[in-house]
Amino acid sequence: MSGESLARMRTVLLHAGAVLMALWILIPIYVITAAAFSSPEAVFSFPKPLVPEISTETMEFFLGATGVLPALRRSVVVAFSTLALAIVIGTPAGYALARFRFRGADTFRVSIVSTRAFPIVILAIPLAVTFIRFGIDDSSFGLTLMHTALALPFTVLVTSSVFAGISEELEEAAMTLGCNRFSAVRRVVLPLALPGLAAAAIFTWIISWNEVFAASILTLRNRTLPAQVLVALTQSGLPFQFAGGFLLLAPALVVVFVIRKYLFDLWGRVAR
Amino acid sequence: MAEVRFDTVRKLFGRDVVAVDDVELDVADGEFVVLLGPSGCGKTTLLRCLAGLERVDGGRVLIGGRDVTHLPPRARRIAMVFQSYAVFPHLKVGDNIAFGLRMQKEEDSEVKRRVGQAAELLRIDHLLDRYPSQLSGGQRQRVAVARAIATRADVLLMDEPLSNLDALLRLEARAELKRLIFELGVTTIYVTHDQVEAMSMGDRIAVMNDGRLVQVDNPLTVYDNPADTFVGGFIGSPPMNFVAAEVDGGNGTPVVRMSGGTFALPVVDVSHLKGRRLVLGIRAENIEVLKEPADDLVRASVLVLEPLGSHNLLTVRTGADTLKVSARADLFPATDSDVWLRIEPARIRWMDRESRQAIPS
Repeated sequence: MSGESLARMRTVLLHAGAVLMALWILIPIYVITAAAFSSPEAVFSFPKPLVPEISTETMEFFLGATGVLPALRRSVVVAFSTLALAIVIGTPAGYALARFRFRGADTFRVSIVSTRAFPIVILAIPLAVTFIRFGIDDSSFGLTLMHTALALPFTVLVTSSVFAGISEELEEAAMTLGCNRFSAVRRVVLPLALPGLAAAAIFTWIISWNEVFAASILTLRNRTLPAQVLVALTQSGLPFQFAGGFLLLAPALVVVFVIRKYLFDLWGRVAR
Repeated sequence: MAEVRFDTVRKLFGRDVVAVDDVELDVADGEFVVLLGPSGCGKTTLLRCLAGLERVDGGRVLIGGRDVTHLPPRARRIAMVFQSYAVFPHLKVGDNIAFGLRMQKEEDSEVKRRVGQAAELLRIDHLLDRYPSQLSGGQRQRVAVARAIATRADVLLMDEPLSNLDALLRLEARAELKRLIFELGVTTIYVTHDQVEAMSMGDRIAVMNDGRLVQVDNPLTVYDNPADTFVGGFIGSPPMNFVAAEVDGGNGTPVVRMSGGTFALPVVDVSHLKGRRLVLGIRAENIEVLKEPADDLVRASVLVLEPLGSHNLLTVRTGADTLKVSARADLFPATDSDVWLRIEPARIRWMDRESRQAIPS
């Protein structure tokens, strides 16, 4: 086979692979969305029309089911609390890692990431016991703490790389112009870091929103939406499952699309 | 008054790297001093010690007679231009220049006036509403300088401000900067590794190597009378030639012996040179190239001829040594042909072969 047709075949295979990967993700998303917005009867019908009749009956049924709306509300509350807590802790931590050369910085960095390496399965039961002992089990507060611990490694890694990407000379220049380090960070570094910090915040929010395992173990009556859906999954009907699935993936999808242009913006601005 | 004094300043990195080794330097009020040296010689570290961006491990730094050694940068009344300019990307040019003034809590009208003045001096008054990302490198450099001079600080610090400009722009910017600083009359400390820049701009040049000051003098003295072979080799393009030589007294006129020949040295007192192992330092432009042999000439063979337009730069070999020699632009000796060199005795700088230090005449 000639070199040219070999190269062309490689391109075709590459494109085919890309299309397959895209379909792998898109087809389930489409099926879930279509089913969530068709009537319960249409969900059960087979073969399915490619473009179903739009009906909000399934969604209404789902949202009206016991415990779904409170669970939705709780998910939102926990996600935003996790975001706030992780950013408040993670931003100074990231700054310190990026700026200061202190003994044990590498150990610190590794230890932060290694908390993620611990399987939650092993931690779950002891955690549940500890939570009960401290009286924070089955509460949004307790779950927020857990989610923050899960999200922090990621948050700190992102914030530290955001700050590392901002030249320290900018702070030094500000300090020669009348700032102390605090006001230098406030006036010069934070405005430049904002896009990156926003991205870290949004990813943290998604980590909390999608988190199902710890939520199932640590909550009983005050569940978040993923935990609620998981628990009811085996007993509930197909429409319920599709509607739940849609509610779980929709925010993540929206966020990723919104954040895409900020991500490209971010790299462009932080680059010197 | 804004004189600067470095009093036995010492700076270490880690436990064993001595970046600044007990440096003593006095800069007069209004003087323009250039810190010159190769990478890693400590010049930038010394500047940052003056700025307060590095803590000194020994000695004191004084500005205007005040001991500022333990003061943060904002309390030292300095202004600094960084090599990367460090212009704030999220602020417009006007706000960048105004930054220091606003931190000083100046009134808005005064801020506006001083920003306008600085911008005019740097010829960027038409760019005040733009963002740095919309400017060229040269314009950003001017913003950095305008921002520094707007604050009317006591001492102006510059860390290689021209290095990131392309060659042609650098030439223009050099002259403009020199003129600007002359008009402002502010005490200026300027760091560079470019010896041409140092020669052209400073009232005095402080040559540094390995954390130490090697020579501090006005440019012409550093050029004609280097303190050692390092300075002679670092300043000037091409570097000063250094060859091993000896001076013989005998009876009558002293004679210089070097590889390639001997020649008379019409100097009365050579007691400090006789019987010593010497290094003869001579610059390319102080060696005359002749095509015919004669008395008091050194023979050499042409290795390379580089036509530079205003003159020809020859690389020649005198047996043991290789020299760079300037020849008139119309002289084109063939490669591998012989030429005869007349070394100007008055321009020779004698150095000790062991210590590499200049021998005072």
